[in-house]
Amino acid sequence: MNQKHQDTKAPAVEYLDSSSTDSVPGTLEGFHKQLQLLPPYRWLSQAIAGSGISARGLLIATPYLWLLLFFLAPFLIVLKISFSEYAIAQPPYTALFEWVDDIYIQVKLNLENYQLLYEDSLYWRAYLNSVKIAGISTLLALLVGYPLAYGMTRAPRHWRLALLMLVILPFWTSFLIRVYAWIGILKKEGLLNLLLLNLGVIDQPLTVMNTDIAVYIGIVYSYLPFMVLPLYASLEKMDDSLLEAAADLGCRPIKSFWQITFPISIHGVIAGCFLVFIPALGEFVIPDLLGGSGTLMIGKTLWAEFFSNRDWPLSSAVAVVLLLILVVPIVAFQKMQEKDKVA
Amino acid sequence: MNKGLSWFTWSALIVGFSFLYLPIILLILFSFNESKLVTVWGGFSTKWYVELFNNQGLMNAAWVTLKVAFVSSTVATLLGTMSGVMLTRFGSFRGRTLFSGMIYAPLVMPEVITGLSLLLMFVAISWDRGFATVTIAHITFSMCYVAVVVQSRLATFDHSIEEAAMDLGCPPGRTFFAITLPIILPAVVSGWLLSFTLSLDDLVIASFTTGPGATTLPMKIYSQVRLGVTPEINAVSTILVGLVAVGVLVASVISRRSEANRLRDERLAVAET
Amino acid sequence: MAASGQEVRKKWEPWNDPQEKPHVQLVGVTKRFGDFTAVDNISLDIYKGEFFSLLGPSGCGKTTLLRMLAGFEQPSQGQILLEGSDMAGVPPYRRPVNMMFQSYALFPHMSVETNIAFGLKQDKIPKGEIAQRVDEVIELVELSAFAKRKPHQLSGGQRQRVALARALVKKPKMLLLDEPLGALDKKLRAQTQFELMNIQEKLGITFVIVTHDQEEAMTVSTRIAVMDHGRIVQVATPNEIYEYPNSRYVAGFIGDVNIIEGRVSEVGEGYLAIASEQSGCSIRTRHALDAPVGAAVWIALRPEKLVISMDAPADTRTNCMAGEVWDIGYLGNLSIYHVKLDSGAMITTAQTNRTRDTDRPITWEDRVYLTWTPDAGIVLGQ
Repeated sequence: MNQKHQDTKAPAVEYLDSSSTDSVPGTLEGFHKQLQLLPPYRWLSQAIAGSGISARGLLIATPYLWLLLFFLAPFLIVLKISFSEYAIAQPPYTALFEWVDDIYIQVKLNLENYQLLYEDSLYWRAYLNSVKIAGISTLLALLVGYPLAYGMTRAPRHWRLALLMLVILPFWTSFLIRVYAWIGILKKEGLLNLLLLNLGVIDQPLTVMNTDIAVYIGIVYSYLPFMVLPLYASLEKMDDSLLEAAADLGCRPIKSFWQITFPISIHGVIAGCFLVFIPALGEFVIPDLLGGSGTLMIGKTLWAEFFSNRDWPLSSAVAVVLLLILVVPIVAFQKMQEKDKVA
Repeated sequence: MNKGLSWFTWSALIVGFSFLYLPIILLILFSFNESKLVTVWGGFSTKWYVELFNNQGLMNAAWVTLKVAFVSSTVATLLGTMSGVMLTRFGSFRGRTLFSGMIYAPLVMPEVITGLSLLLMFVAISWDRGFATVTIAHITFSMCYVAVVVQSRLATFDHSIEEAAMDLGCPPGRTFFAITLPIILPAVVSGWLLSFTLSLDDLVIASFTTGPGATTLPMKIYSQVRLGVTPEINAVSTILVGLVAVGVLVASVISRRSEANRLRDERLAVAET
Repeated sequence: MAASGQEVRKKWEPWNDPQEKPHVQLVGVTKRFGDFTAVDNISLDIYKGEFFSLLGPSGCGKTTLLRMLAGFEQPSQGQILLEGSDMAGVPPYRRPVNMMFQSYALFPHMSVETNIAFGLKQDKIPKGEIAQRVDEVIELVELSAFAKRKPHQLSGGQRQRVALARALVKKPKMLLLDEPLGALDKKLRAQTQFELMNIQEKLGITFVIVTHDQEEAMTVSTRIAVMDHGRIVQVATPNEIYEYPNSRYVAGFIGDVNIIEGRVSEVGEGYLAIASEQSGCSIRTRHALDAPVGAAVWIALRPEKLVISMDAPADTRTNCMAGEVWDIGYLGNLSIYHVKLDSGAMITTAQTNRTRDTDRPITWEDRVYLTWTPDAGIVLGQ
């Protein structure tokens, strides 16, 4: 009755096994069967099966190697180049390792780039300013996002899915275009000034474009979905009867918001803040398009060092330090997520 | 809740969504503006669209972008799905911590760093930059998004369904194609769509990793935007936004309809007994 | 007449027959997950055609044991033999054993028919035979009208039957059932228990079922293994488990029980006398235990074995506890009395309500006497 039980000496590689009996055409197995007719494919699959690499091993190896090659290795190269010297050459940096008399490898660790980052106030001001801009934008995003998320959870139930879609939709549309849309609004002869002048609110056009304020607006606008989604998720889970119970116990609505709703949504608040702060810190497009020449942000500095000054070693050092700064909020965020999982 | 709060609810929703949508609506509106001045309404016109299609440079860039997006999202979906399966179903294998680190890191890595590091590597191995290098760069960050989407689907998926298949005599490899893949297919498809739009949208990484002859549309738009707002860019943007909006809406309608069908079936099944 | 009836229906007890070979043998099976020992050195024989239950609270290792039988987990130590052959290293898809999952684990993208045919397709059985076998088993579980439906178009009870049919269609040597009725409501569960028993009897397949529901285990099983903390505490027929539990744990896990402390005062021929301050009397029991005079023992008394009365019996010194009615629970068919003894111990007794009205029903604060026969008590050691 059960033949499969007897052939326990089955090949380890199940679906690389060409001896398996007929398979359904049109399925992947059928496709594989067809491929087996091609000699190179057959040799390859036999070589793999013969070498003792299991299907599982092969499956692990492919994405693993890809990431090692195109994620980890490039990053190590950045690290390496950040310790080398700028040179007028192609590529524009000196070698870190050099063969001396073909016997020794001489390692020339050049810390000058890092020294420059430390000494030249331009760089550390750019870092500080990035943290400041990202921080203020995060707070503003919370101020805009919280009422929106709260309003969504108060809306009738059958609207909620549609509202959620409306929050997510801009995330799918081009980031660049969404930033670009603000230029037409914020510039001196833009729509905002036009509106305010016509309403008589102001008599001189405001200068918003090419200032930090424009950058705040751009970041809040671009990353608002990241703030609203976790807030909505944490507020939606809240049981309405909690507020009713609070009211029943004599708590006024404003007070019950601060004593019940907000504390319950605190996880969403923290998650949303991290999700806005982390990408905002290394942002390039928004400060470049909306900010002015005085808007210092490290992403912009890196870009300029690389494309304008062609100082690859220095831009590598800028990148390494930026990553080191990012590690703090990322690790904090991860710690928090893990704690939530346990709780 | 109370009447006093619903006033607050209303204004929060109206202000919030106006903030999200007004800029895009204005942008679309002014793409149909007769006047070259972006802020002065000079009557309805589609001439910028006509001009757009005659702009060979933009059209070429759009074509390059679509090709890059298609190839990179397809490969990224393949690699990302494999990674998602590895992370949820393979238990512990050697180097698992490093692997999951490499999956999550690109999600939080500033684009300037990803772009810079890939460029430096391509230079180090003296690989001429162009279509292939942008595509590889896009695959690398997109596959991580796909991995996360697939992984979260697999995590909520009852593992005993796969065990049941194996229990009924189906070996692991075949189980994946016969059982797991059909069930997680929606996640795989949305992973593909996400990769596609990410690739379509990317400016920073493409700027670093591309070479002559492979200028992408965002790069083209960026270089023109730096010179100022033009109705032509408004027209490109409108088309891009429109395509994505239609795509997302169709996808959500389809998924909502199938969800509604499922719910109706379930209610019927309960009612019958 | 009763005696002759018993003669005809000869008792089927393969576990008491030394000639009979066990169908499945577990030899010193241990499973560790890191530092945690889920299954601790279990040895067990299960015979062909049995309906065997693994019973215990959640976390006692019963599901791990079942998963080792199915092949999803490998024992850290020990052997599992199926019809004498070692199952070590045999993956689940090569074992002639099928499982019915707690969640049913139906393939959501396949119809009832394709779900059931799935296992047969894996064995490369000809199409005609597959169709025929699928039809047979669909008939068996009475799902003919629903063959084309998808799992989400079925009710919970129907899904349960699809899961059963899917596992049965492969005619496994052993069917493993993980809390098969856990997701059903109480009424459906009772009905399905009997259906399961009928199907098992019809097909003669060995069933091993995991459950935490003692009533379910009592109803369906030929034998029950009561588990606790990865060990088997007792393996016996339902009747033996209930009437002769071997420990306080088993006595307490199956049904309600009163446990009374005492010391052996006299070891007689076929009886034991126990002095118990708690009960305020001397307890005489026919159930013997190898315990010397003076040893501390516990006496387990099932509530229904006690007789409650307001009249004092002739002998109030032996097998008679006196106390005050503390609480009464009226369940319709039964009444439950909580009686507080003079020692302060609380004893529960259940009495069938035979007559509709009594002249003077027992009520709160009545002084009552609880008596029982020497057969009723079970003596338990440590």
